[in-house]
Amino acid sequence: MIKKTLFLLLIGMIVFACSQDESTAPEENNDAFDRKAMLVNWADNIIVPSYTAFNTEGNNLVSATNSFTQNPTVETLQQVRLTWIEANLAFQHVSMFEIGKAEALNFRNRVNVYPTNASEIESLIADGNYDFSLPSTIDAQGFPAMDYLINGLASSDEEIVAFYTTNGNAQNYKDYLNTVAETISTLTETVLNDWNNGYRDTFVNNTSSSASGSVDKLANDYVFYYEKALRAGKVGIPAGVFSNEPLPETVEAFYKEDISKQLALEALQATQDFFEGKKFNGTSKGESFKSYLAYLNTIKNGENLGNLITTQFGITKSNVEGLNTNFTVQIESDNSKMLATYNELQRNVILLKVDMLQAMDISVDYVDADGD
Amino acid sequence: MSTILKTYFTKQTQAAPLAVFRVFFGVMMFVSLIRFWLNGWIEKLYITPKFHFSYYGFEWIQPLGNYTYVLFAVCALSALLVAVGFKYRVAIIMFFLSFTYIELMDKTTYLNHYYFISCVSFLLLFLPANSYFSIDAKQKPEKASFYVPNWTIDSIKVMLVIVYLYAGLAKLNSDWLLKAMPLKIWLPSKYDIPFLGNLMQQEWMHYAFSWSGALYDLTIPFLLLYKRTRWFAFIVVIIFHVLTRVLFPIGMFPFIMIVSALVFFDASVHHKILQFISKIFKINKAEMDTKIKDVFFQKKKRISKIIITVFLVAQLLFPWRYLVYPGELFWTEEGYRFSWRVMLMEKAGYAQFKVVDGKTGKQFHVDNSDFLNSFQEKQMSFQPDFILEYAHYLGDHFASQGHENLEVYVESYVALNGRLSQPFIDPTVNLLQQKESFKHKTWILKFNDDIKGL
Repeated sequence: MIKKTLFLLLIGMIVFACSQDESTAPEENNDAFDRKAMLVNWADNIIVPSYTAFNTEGNNLVSATNSFTQNPTVETLQQVRLTWIEANLAFQHVSMFEIGKAEALNFRNRVNVYPTNASEIESLIADGNYDFSLPSTIDAQGFPAMDYLINGLASSDEEIVAFYTTNGNAQNYKDYLNTVAETISTLTETVLNDWNNGYRDTFVNNTSSSASGSVDKLANDYVFYYEKALRAGKVGIPAGVFSNEPLPETVEAFYKEDISKQLALEALQATQDFFEGKKFNGTSKGESFKSYLAYLNTIKNGENLGNLITTQFGITKSNVEGLNTNFTVQIESDNSKMLATYNELQRNVILLKVDMLQAMDISVDYVDADGD
Repeated sequence: MSTILKTYFTKQTQAAPLAVFRVFFGVMMFVSLIRFWLNGWIEKLYITPKFHFSYYGFEWIQPLGNYTYVLFAVCALSALLVAVGFKYRVAIIMFFLSFTYIELMDKTTYLNHYYFISCVSFLLLFLPANSYFSIDAKQKPEKASFYVPNWTIDSIKVMLVIVYLYAGLAKLNSDWLLKAMPLKIWLPSKYDIPFLGNLMQQEWMHYAFSWSGALYDLTIPFLLLYKRTRWFAFIVVIIFHVLTRVLFPIGMFPFIMIVSALVFFDASVHHKILQFISKIFKINKAEMDTKIKDVFFQKKKRISKIIITVFLVAQLLFPWRYLVYPGELFWTEEGYRFSWRVMLMEKAGYAQFKVVDGKTGKQFHVDNSDFLNSFQEKQMSFQPDFILEYAHYLGDHFASQGHENLEVYVESYVALNGRLSQPFIDPTVNLLQQKESFKHKTWILKFNDDIKGL
């Protein structure tokens, strides 16, 4: 009897061993957490709607810049500025999803690397010849380049408009502005189309627990975004956390001056909503990191990590709200508040990157190697 | 006592088990090294990183740039020579040295498995593993023998007993047995394994795996030693290691352990294996055997026995060194490595380094990804000796950039076996003033929980 059982077990083991490299869809789960439902909620209720909304803003941005370049006036400039802000806010909802096509295109960097390189922009405009797909132009395109072109060329709107009218190189300025806007829009459309034409299914069906599975990958992308783009990019770097002196010129939307706080808050809210699985532009919640943590906690009986993270999001948010609308002003007047905000952001890096990823047994290293 | 030892050391047994062990060991090593190469790990782990974490006292061992490939080639080639038993003595020396060199290049990649390979190849340096069924034996029949001293094969068995037994003893702690940690973290994440995926979510399974894992390690060496349970034990060995291969990314190790366990069997089994190999490669085993059927092993080298005895006694004592350090072993990891603590805990950390000018008070944080790859950063973030070494590297780096009055601090958090992360290193200690040594590191903060057991 024992021998028979052992023999059967042995055969079973060998079958597993041989089949384990192929990723197989999980059996119908009754008691286990449904990762596919989480992926579906992410894709259908958050990611695709966010890209759709951002894509609309991207199109608006192109038509606004077109109207402006056809008829450069203070009014049309202000119209560009408004759509630029709207599009920038909408971008904060998709920036964390650097997966699939977005990853291949280096989407986040192409759309929003700051500080922008004004002298590079000027020399490209003078030259009239540029290719935004080249890595060397990464800091001369996207929202920050537009920021310079519509807010930073001069101090008054009339003077800015003059660059597009009376300036000897006006046509080149117009072309450059249009190309920047079109590039943002085209890149977004490419990513959105990819989600709509197949990638969504690939994504939600890749429930594998391996490092190439969707949950693992997006968790890594999400944590990376929170740590590098949100915590460091929007607050830490300008506050001088990584340098000897504060670097107020590295604030997001530096030339616009008064929306850096708004952008940071939007990004923070978007990251929290994603963590909690909240539907885009809605209130209902689906499966998420938070509900996954709650499920794992029923096994582990440890601290309620999901609640700790939500609480910390709340503390961080109220900290950011206490800052000046213009982070540059905040840094120059009282940088300690900026640093305090950084510290609050930092607390969730630890909870997300150390505690959450450990609870989910998601490996944070992108280098694969054998374990013990 | 000394007469018993004397008679023991004169006893001889058939050489076939040692020959099979040599062949399989060589082949497994060859395959492992080629696999490592094909996975692109030489490049990723040894060539791309700017900085490598060294073992204390072995800082002079560094990757060799593009010559690292040559090192791996030498190692793989010598493994193959060991397998066929050609110029065995030179081959095993080359293998031991090149393999151990590779392992000492960067402790980021430390695995007990690799240490095991170094230990076994050290043993093989002193064993007459080429006296039978080897090219050496064929070419120099005067040196071939059908028998080898008992102690040669027994030394390998003792090594395996130590590995299993100490791996089992290490599991006798409250986290493993009473909380089923870290399996409670690891197993639920294997939800997509066919048939077992759902079971992996069940709490009783986590306990079943924890307890049977400990029981397996503690009993399997004895079940293998005892003739009547040997076949049963071997089947359990296969099940256990195949299962771990399915559940965890542990590469070639399960297969190495499975073939190693064959050494416990009688020579008759090994002759069958050798017969099978002979058939494939058209070797006339019967003819070779009849020539040397009555030949005993002649060369008597006292020094080999002494070295191996000392080595095995050291192996028995070394894992206990953690007892001389204060604090929780899992937390400080002082005496953790080289002790067969295999897949014993889940630990993750976060370390943010701060570089301060001691005079002006000016400071900035370091972006670790500027200096380390993500694998190095991950390993560094929860191991104090890594943190210290990296802090000194940062100190040297920024000093060379012209920074003065340098002080390096770290704010770090570590989560152990699913506990909420806690501060790990004293953030007020200037790490540049701390030196690596075998002494207790006083700047590791206290672990605010208690893990009972060995």
